[in-house]
Order: sequence, then C-alpha cells, then structure tokens
Amino acid sequence: MSESENKWIGKNTIRPDGADKVTGRAAFAADANMPGMIWGKVLRSPHAHAVIKGIDTSKAEALPGVKAVVTATDIIDFPVDTPVPLGIQDMRWMTRNVMAREKALFHGHPIAAVAAMSEAIAAEACKLIEVDYEVLPHAIEIDDALADDAPILHDFIEFDGKPSNIAGTLEHTKGDVEAGFAEADVIIERDFTTRPVHQGYIEPHACLVSVAPDDKTTIWSSSQGQFMVRAMTALLTGIPQSSIRAIPAEIGGGFGGKTIVYLETLATILAKKSGLPVKMVMTREEVMRASGPTSGSKSTVKIGAKKDGTITAAEGFYWLQAGGLPGSPIRGAAGCALAPYDIPNGHTFGYDVVCNRSKVAVYRAPGAPIGAFGVECVLDELAEELGMDPLDLRLKNAAKEGTKAVHGPTYPVMGYAESLEAAKVHDHYKAPLGPNQGRGVASGFWFNAGGESSAQVNITEDGNVVVTTGHPDIGGSRAGIANICAELLGIDYRRVSVLIGDTATVGFSNLTGGSRVLFASSMVVTESTNNVIGTLCELAAKIWDIDPEAVTWENGEARPAGANAGQFPPLTLEELAARANETGGPIGAGSQLNTAGAEGGFGTHICDVEVDQELGIVRVLRYTVLQDVGRAVHPAYVEGQMQGGAVQAIGWALNEEYVYDKDGRVDNPGFLDYRMPVASDMPMIDTYIIEIPNPKHPQGVRGVGEVPLVPGLAAVRNAIYDALGIRFNSLPMSPPVILDARNRKEAAE
Amino acid sequence: MAKIHVTTKINGEPIEFLCDPSETMLDALRNELGLTGSKEGCGSGDCGACSITLDDRLVCSCLMLAAEAEGKEINTIEGMAEGENLHPLQEKFLEEAALQCGICTPGMLVAAKALLDQNPNPTETEVRFWLAGNLCRCTGYDKIIRAVLDTAAEMREAAQ
Repeated sequence: MSESENKWIGKNTIRPDGADKVTGRAAFAADANMPGMIWGKVLRSPHAHAVIKGIDTSKAEALPGVKAVVTATDIIDFPVDTPVPLGIQDMRWMTRNVMAREKALFHGHPIAAVAAMSEAIAAEACKLIEVDYEVLPHAIEIDDALADDAPILHDFIEFDGKPSNIAGTLEHTKGDVEAGFAEADVIIERDFTTRPVHQGYIEPHACLVSVAPDDKTTIWSSSQGQFMVRAMTALLTGIPQSSIRAIPAEIGGGFGGKTIVYLETLATILAKKSGLPVKMVMTREEVMRASGPTSGSKSTVKIGAKKDGTITAAEGFYWLQAGGLPGSPIRGAAGCALAPYDIPNGHTFGYDVVCNRSKVAVYRAPGAPIGAFGVECVLDELAEELGMDPLDLRLKNAAKEGTKAVHGPTYPVMGYAESLEAAKVHDHYKAPLGPNQGRGVASGFWFNAGGESSAQVNITEDGNVVVTTGHPDIGGSRAGIANICAELLGIDYRRVSVLIGDTATVGFSNLTGGSRVLFASSMVVTESTNNVIGTLCELAAKIWDIDPEAVTWENGEARPAGANAGQFPPLTLEELAARANETGGPIGAGSQLNTAGAEGGFGTHICDVEVDQELGIVRVLRYTVLQDVGRAVHPAYVEGQMQGGAVQAIGWALNEEYVYDKDGRVDNPGFLDYRMPVASDMPMIDTYIIEIPNPKHPQGVRGVGEVPLVPGLAAVRNAIYDALGIRFNSLPMSPPVILDARNRKEAAE
Repeated sequence: MAKIHVTTKINGEPIEFLCDPSETMLDALRNELGLTGSKEGCGSGDCGACSITLDDRLVCSCLMLAAEAEGKEINTIEGMAEGENLHPLQEKFLEEAALQCGICTPGMLVAAKALLDQNPNPTETEVRFWLAGNLCRCTGYDKIIRAVLDTAAEMREAAQ
C-alpha cells in the first residue's frame, strides 16, 4: 500500500486511553484499593555501608495494629556464586536489592518491612525494629571505589586476582588501534565525568497485593512489565508463576526505572503472612534514595584523524557506577559510543564498578548517553582542530548500510547520514547567533530491541475490534496499535479498542523497554489481524459458496474477486460478525512471536544556548532533534518521544545530580533540590522526522524512544563551548560550575 | 485522635467528611472521598500533580490540610468536564498529544484552567512560568504549552 493510501498509519489519532487520562479516571498503581486492605512500610538502612549482625523485630510485631513483618530471611536467597539471569538482571542481585541480606550497601537499602492497619502504625513499627549494624567505611565516587585502600563491598568479587570493586568488564575491538593512531595527523584524548541521574518519573513506585490462603496471588502495580513482576515475584517468593496474576496499572512514567521490582515482593510476603491485602507506596524521598538511577561515570576517549577528517582510530575507556550491586550499563556505553561512525580501528572497554549508592536501574538507552558524551565532545574539538564543520566531520565518517560497527554488527539500511544532511540544511543550523550565544551539535545511537510479544485480536459480535497486548503503554503506544489494526482492517480507528492484558489474559510479553513496544507489538498485532482477515474471507466464501482464495478484503469488507468479482454484494465486518454463529463461530486470532530485526536507531541534535555571564545560568534558546524513525505510525507521539528525550538530556547536562554528605547519604532526595527541567526552563523542541523504513518490519517501524536522550549531553556542552570558549568535560554544567570556570578563564586572560 | 468533621463543596456538590487533624487534602480526596484523579508525585509541593483549586486559587493539595476545606469550594480534575463534554483544554490535550504517561496530566489541566480563568490571553512565557510548578518528565513540555496556547486562542474566538 502506498503512503498516500494510508488512512490511519501516519495520522495523529486520539489515543484509546485518552479520555481516561484527561479526566482523572485512569487508574495508576497508587489508585487501587481493596476491602480489608492494610499498609506496608519499609525500614531502610541509616548507613551507607554496614554489616547486618542481627535484626530483632519482636517489639514491632508486638505493636497493636501490626499484622506482619518481613526480613531477608523470608525472601528466597540466591547464593552469590551461581548466576541466575532473568533478562538483563540477575536474581542474585535482585534478592539483595529488594532487601539487604548480609550487608546494607547504601543509605536507604531496605532492611525490613512491616504491614499494619495504617501507614502511621507501620511507620511506628519500623522504628521499633532493632538492627545491630557494624558500620563500615563507604565508597560513593568511582575514584573512592577504585582506590588502593577502598572499602571492598563484596568479598566474593575479584579483579586481577585481588578483591576489588570492579565487578565486570566488557570490551569491543575492531582492527588495530595502535596502527590506526600511527596513521593519524591529529589525535585528541580527553577525560570526562558524568553524574548519576534519576529517571525522574513523577509516579512513585506503588503496589497492592492480595494472597489467598491457597497462594493465589493478585498483584496490582505500576511497572514496565507485568510478566517481569510475575517472574521476579515468583523467584523471590517461591509462589509458582501460574498462581500469580500481575495486573498492569497505568504507569506514571518509567524510562527504564520500572523494569525491576522493589515493593511487589515485600508486599506479597506481607500479604501472605497477614492474610490481608497489602498496599505499599514509596515516598518521593524513598524513590530518590533507593530506586534507579543511571550510573555516574568517568571515561577517557581518544580519537585520531587524517587532515581530511577521516578517522583512523578511536578508543574509549569507561568506568560506570553500578551502585551497591553489580550491573551497570557498560554494554550501552562501550557499545554505543562509536556506533554512529565507520571506524577502521576501534577499541572500547567498560568497567562495572560497585559503590555505596542505590543499585542503578535502566534509564533510557542505558549507558549510551555516557558513551556518546565523550566521543561527541572529542569530535567537536577535532572538527575545530581540523578546521571542519562538525556536521561535515561526522558526515565524512558516518556509518551507513554495510558498515561494520566497532561493537560488532554490520548495519542494514539506516538513516544516520540523512540526519546529518537534514541538520546541515535545517533553518536552525543557519540561524544567526547573538552575543553570549553558541551552537552545538552531536549524534547518538541506540541498539533498539525485539524480543517476545503476544497479542490477541478479537472481533466483537457487533463487528468492532478489541486488541489485547502485553506491554504497559508508557507513552501512547496504544494509539499506534489502533492505527495499524484499523489500517489493516480498513475500518475507522475508533472501532478498535486497545487494551493491556494482565499475565492471565494475554501471552508472555517482554518488558516495555529497549524502544521495542510499537516495533514488537505491531508485529504480533499485524499477524493476528491478518489471520482475522483470513477468517473473515473464509466466512464470506462460505456464505457465497466460493473458494476462500477468491475473496479479498478491502476497505473493511469482503469482496468476491477473480472470476467471481462483482457476483455478490460485499459483506462488511459488521455483517460477517453478525453471521459468525452460523458460519463458523467466534472470530479472533492470537499471535506470539520472538521478534527480531529491530535494528539500531540514529539521531542528531542541534542546540543553541545563551550563557548568563553574571549568574552562570545556561538557557537553551532553540533545540532541534533529527532522527530516523523508520515509520512514524503516530507522528505526534513520535515527536513526543524526541522532545521528551531531548529535555531529559538537557536536565542531565545542566542541572541534575545527587549531592552526598560525608556519611554517604543523599542530601537532595526531592524535586526541589534534585532539579529536573521545568516548563519555564525550556524552549519549544523542534523535531525533524526522517522515515527510512525498517525492511524487517511490516510497517517499517524502528524504535524511537531512547535515541533522543543520547546526543543531548554533548550537544548542550558543545553549544556552551561555542558561546563561552570553555570546554566542559564534566557534568552537570550547573550555574556554580559555569561561573567558576568563567572566572578562572577571565583571571587567566 | 478524634476526627474532624468537615463541611465543604467539591466540584459543585456539598460534601461532608471526617479526617485526621494531620491529614492532607490530597489524602482526604484520594482515601476518604475516592477522588483519585489528583496524584501524589512528591508530597512536598514541588511537582504539582496534586493541583486543585481552593476558592478558585490554585493550590497543591498535598500542602493543604483537609480540615482547611471547611466552608470552602474545591475543584478537582474530576469536576473539569461538564457531563459528557470535556473542557476545551482536555480536548486539546488529546488532539495535540500533550500527554504521554498521563500522571501529571490531571494537575497540569487543573493548573492550566486556573491560568485561563484569570488570563484568557497568556503569552508563551506566561504559560511556561505558570506551569513551572507542574513537572512533566515525558513530554519536554512542548506539546503541553502549545495545547494551552491553542485552547486559549479557540476559547477567545468562541467567546466573541
């Protein structure tokens, strides 16, 4: 079907869950209640690092109104010497993250949990729990954790034959880097640091769990995957998956941070012990102290090029904070850093460093913004050194179809160079700048993911459609699914309801993550819808008494084709549904796939800033996001991903950071002091959608949501350099940092 | 502790409820009255997800005691649509995709309506500063600001 014939794909339809979301009806996790429900609260470690020598819960249990207490001994242990992978997680670390086991590894680490008749009683009971700690020295920053005399978090972790806080490494190599640098006319090598930042979802973690005496468990929670909630809860409690029904509440933002459980396991055990439904809701302070964030990092990036701009070699070393337990996104940092470029000799190396911070969680293209930051900053400097336009330098080295990436794959057709070419001719790139203003550009890559998805498409008796998929809708994916299903069936999109099933009503579907939801769910919805169309044609053939092959489906109706064309009046979806009972029964089809072919995504950003020389404040004046999205099934929500990702990058670049005190406690665990962008900080964010269809997807879709975070850190930084003549290699570039650097520069001049 | 009896008006209806002396208006709305459209994102008045109006003044219901509702008029997101007719701001948010996850949306809409009620012709800067107390992590604000400006323009036109 040609573009112009599309009725719904590419149209900004009203989202199926829209009316619920604008009227307050939509039920998020904390909105659920059950009769007889009680409240759970978590006791958290007051120390950044301590051995737990003993826990006495007797006084808490004796407090009137307390119904159950849980400690690590109630949760299934996974010994540290045997990996238990679940997706990208490892249950050895997950069991120790939901509840401290041998040690408290960060301030705020759960130690015990209580369920009581009210939140106030539960909180009171937490104070009555006596914990015998042996307080240990802590390590917050990477350099603290890597120092020769660093406190070792885990005695079972060794590196280079010695106890270490380096929990793992990852390396990519292509060609001969040494030889490549020897060919270079210019080599630039710089060190960088980035700070941990929180995903910043506005909805705190929350859940409501009921466990019947036969262990039949119902979990209502907000997550990026009801099947993840079921699997992790089953592993951590011993209740079989078939007995757990995980219901996905509407999710109030996740950005990766809700791809693991925090409360669900605790609430399940509390509910089982008490025999009562248990509700748990984190405070914002708990969210900031004990969930997320993404890693802080330090890195060294070295790139060499010939005079004409041809990159001959590139190398990057990345150290990423994992928090208290292993698992930082070194794959994203080391894998994505050089991915936009055709580099003959490349080498990246990532170190996973444990430290006494909350365990990191996935955050939008995890690791990739860290990887890209150093590379895109060095390229900016290289361009200046070579006297080249920074977009031209990138274009000269841009990866394209057939390029073998340093991290391994050979690229299929994709639109990175197109994003650079579009940036070059964009009005924004040519617009004049005023005093104290500067412009920066940067690019970025994200892997994108496929994986398991399931869907069911049912035709209702009145000839409308209900689509059920298994992915929590985090940003409008239901609207895209409605567009695709309506397009295939040739009916108005408003006749298609799109629902998110729970773990008992739809087949296994992997996480809402990896920018995979519309990519993967549209594949199963397409297959299901096409099967439904096949059934509809068969029913029509039966009614007309002709071959099913002699029936075509067009514009929402079955038509006789071939030799029979025009012999019978068409049968509409409504007519066929009404006669389903006499012609064959219910009309519906399901599909389960392990989807493949997601292919990576690329984008380029242009950022203009103005630096206030008195206050050190950087104002973003104009921002443009250019990205190959494959096919924009619902353009407004595609733009929304591009805009939202860019603004998160601006926050990361300019303001967001945790402030720790000398005892290893977060000093700014709230939105007042952890300064995310607000409406008055931001300009409009322009978007430029490039559509080079993904040949491995029925509608040409590529993942969209994560790429737009990746280039932003360096785009802002390069713009500040253009405005101020100072290259900042550490984030955030907050007002005191800017002022200090400006004053030092002035003093030196 | 003895409960306090509160007589108030919520979304135009006379309402009586009992609350603890320390209970916030947000908790009373959500836990006593079943009005869960107002959300708690922070509990400290920093995110605006719990925005309501109190005698036409925009407030964070997490910073207000439930007992302070006595004799006052409260409006929440649940009272914004008139029957089956959405408020023009609600319509525009849907048309222009000014929401992604939707958790900030009720507060954002209540705050935006409070702005347009007192200033039917705001500039982009005025909208941005008025909504600076309403955090959204999904959209980058672009489509929200546009939706408010476009609604204001349409409402002005309709009023002529």
